[in-house]
Amino acid sequence: MTRRQAADRRRALACLAPTVLALGALTVYPGVWVLWLSLQHRIPIFDVSRFAGLDNYAFLGVDSRFWNAAHTTAVFTLGSVALEVVLGVMAALAIHAQRRGRRLALSLLLLAWAMPAVVGAKLFEWLYHPTAGLINVTLGRHSANWLGDPGLALPAVILADVWRTMPFVAILCYARLLAVPAEVYEAAQVDGAGRLATLTRITLPLLGRILLLAALFRTLDALRAFDIMFVLTGGGPAGTTETLTVYAYRALFQTLQLGFGSALSVVVFLLVMAVAWAYLKILRTGTVAA
Amino acid sequence: MRRSIRTVGDVAVLVALAAYAIPFFWQLLTSFKPEAELLRIPPLLPSRLTLEHYRVVIEQSLMPRALGNSLGIATLTTLLALVAGVPGAYAVARLPLPGKRLLLLAIVASTAFPQIATVSPLYLLMRALDLRDTWAGLVLVHASFALPLTIWLLAGFIREIPMEAEEAAAVDGAGLLGLFRWVVIPLLAPGLASTALLTFLFSWNEFLFAYTFTVSEASRTIPVALALFPGVFEVPWGDIAAAAMLASLPPVVIVIALQRFLVKGLTAGAVKE
Repeated sequence: MTRRQAADRRRALACLAPTVLALGALTVYPGVWVLWLSLQHRIPIFDVSRFAGLDNYAFLGVDSRFWNAAHTTAVFTLGSVALEVVLGVMAALAIHAQRRGRRLALSLLLLAWAMPAVVGAKLFEWLYHPTAGLINVTLGRHSANWLGDPGLALPAVILADVWRTMPFVAILCYARLLAVPAEVYEAAQVDGAGRLATLTRITLPLLGRILLLAALFRTLDALRAFDIMFVLTGGGPAGTTETLTVYAYRALFQTLQLGFGSALSVVVFLLVMAVAWAYLKILRTGTVAA
Repeated sequence: MRRSIRTVGDVAVLVALAAYAIPFFWQLLTSFKPEAELLRIPPLLPSRLTLEHYRVVIEQSLMPRALGNSLGIATLTTLLALVAGVPGAYAVARLPLPGKRLLLLAIVASTAFPQIATVSPLYLLMRALDLRDTWAGLVLVHASFALPLTIWLLAGFIREIPMEAEEAAAVDGAGLLGLFRWVVIPLLAPGLASTALLTFLFSWNEFLFAYTFTVSEASRTIPVALALFPGVFEVPWGDIAAAAMLASLPPVVIVIALQRFLVKGLTAGAVKE
C-alpha cells in the first residue's frame, strides 16, 4: 500500500465516521433492540416484563386480527401501486407530448406529491364528508358514506393515497422519456410505425426498467404507510383499513404491548426487506432491460 | 390545422391536471368560506370570502407554534443530514474502502427501512435520554433516518464532478477540509440544493416519529398539530382547511419556485442507471 492509498483510506474512515455513528446509534442499535423486545412479554402498565421466546410470533399464527391486517396491507399495496403505475404512465405521456405549458403541468402534478400525507388525509376527509363533501354533492342521490361503510373505506383510503403519490411515478417516467433521443422516434416514423405501435413497441418497453424501480419505491412506501389511514379512518370502520403498520402502532402505543407490538413491527420489517429483495432480483436479471 | 389541434391538446392536458389538483383547490376555497356556508352546498361557490378561519388558527390554535417547530426541526435536520452526508457520500463515491459493496448495500437497504420497525426502541431511547418533546430528539432521529437517501443522492451527484478538479486541489496541497470547501461543495451546489429540498420535505412531512415522540406543544410539528386539530362539539372544517393550507405553504412554495431542483433530486440515480 502506498502512502497515498493509506492516506485515502484514513480520509475515507474520517468521512464516514459521522454516518456510521448516526446509523449505528439510531438505526442498527434500535433494530437489534426491537428484535430483543419482540422476544419478551412486556406490558409496562401491568409491570409485566419477562422473556417469552417466540411466543409473540407463535401467537400471530392464530391471531385473526393479524391476518386481517395482512390482507388489508396486501390489498392496499397492490391496489394503490397498480393504480399509480397506470395513471403515472398516462400523466407522463401526456406531459411529454405537450409543446407548451410543461412547467405549469409539472407544478400542478407535484402539488399533490409535496403535501404532507396528513394534509392529504385532511383534504380527502373533507371531500368524503357524508353530506357536504364535494364527492357526494357531485354524485347526488348516489352518494355514499365513504369512510363509514366497511365496504368502501379501504377503496376510499387507496384513492386518497394514489392521489398524493401517483405524481412520483409520473415524474420518474417523464424524466426517462426526456432521456430518449429523438432519433428513436424518427426511425419509428420512417419505418411507418403508427402511433399505437410506437407506444406499445417503443415507448412502453423503454419505460420498463424505470417503472419497475418506481413500483419498487412505491411498494415499499405502501407497505409501511401509516399516516393516511391513521388520520383518515384510524383503521376503522370495523378494522377494514387496519394495515400491519397501524396494528403494530396500536399494539405498541395504545394497548401498550411493547413485546407483541415489536414482534409485529419486525414482521413489517421482514416483509419490506423480502419485497425489496424480490424486486432487486428482477431488476438484476434484466428481463426488462432498457 | 395541425397546429391548432396540438394547442387544444396542450390545453386539455393542463385542464386535466388542474382537475387532478381539485382536492387541493377545494380545501383552499373552503379555508376562505364563511362558517355558515361550509355545510350548505350547493351552491359550490361562497357568497363572500373571509379570513376568519385564518384569524382563528393564527390567534387561537397551536398552529403558529407548530409552524415554528416544523421550520426549525426541518431546517436543522437538513443541515445535519448534509453535514454528515457530504463527507459520507464523498467517501462512498471517491475513496477506496474495505467492504465498500457491503456498505453500499447497507445504505440502500436502510432507505427501505420502515419507521415502525424502530419506533418502539427509539421511544424508549428518547425517554431514557430525556429527549421527548425536544427539537434535538426529533432532529437526530429525522437526520439519521434521512441520511441513507441523502448519501445515495449526493454520491450520484459527486460522481458527476470531474476528477481533475479534485486532483488539482490535491496537487495544490489542500487538505480534506480545503478540498470540500473549495472544490466539492461549490461544484456540488445544484445537487446539494436538490438533496436539501428532499430532506427538508421529508422532515416537514414526517408523522410517525413526530407523533410518537411529542407529548406537548414544545416540539409538536405541523402534521401532528393538524392530525390533532381540536374540535369541541363539531368538526371545525373551515379552521382545519386554513390550518391545512398553512401546513402546505412551504411544500407548495418549494414545488413552484424550485421545481427544477426537485425534479432533478427525485430522478437522480433512478434514471441514469
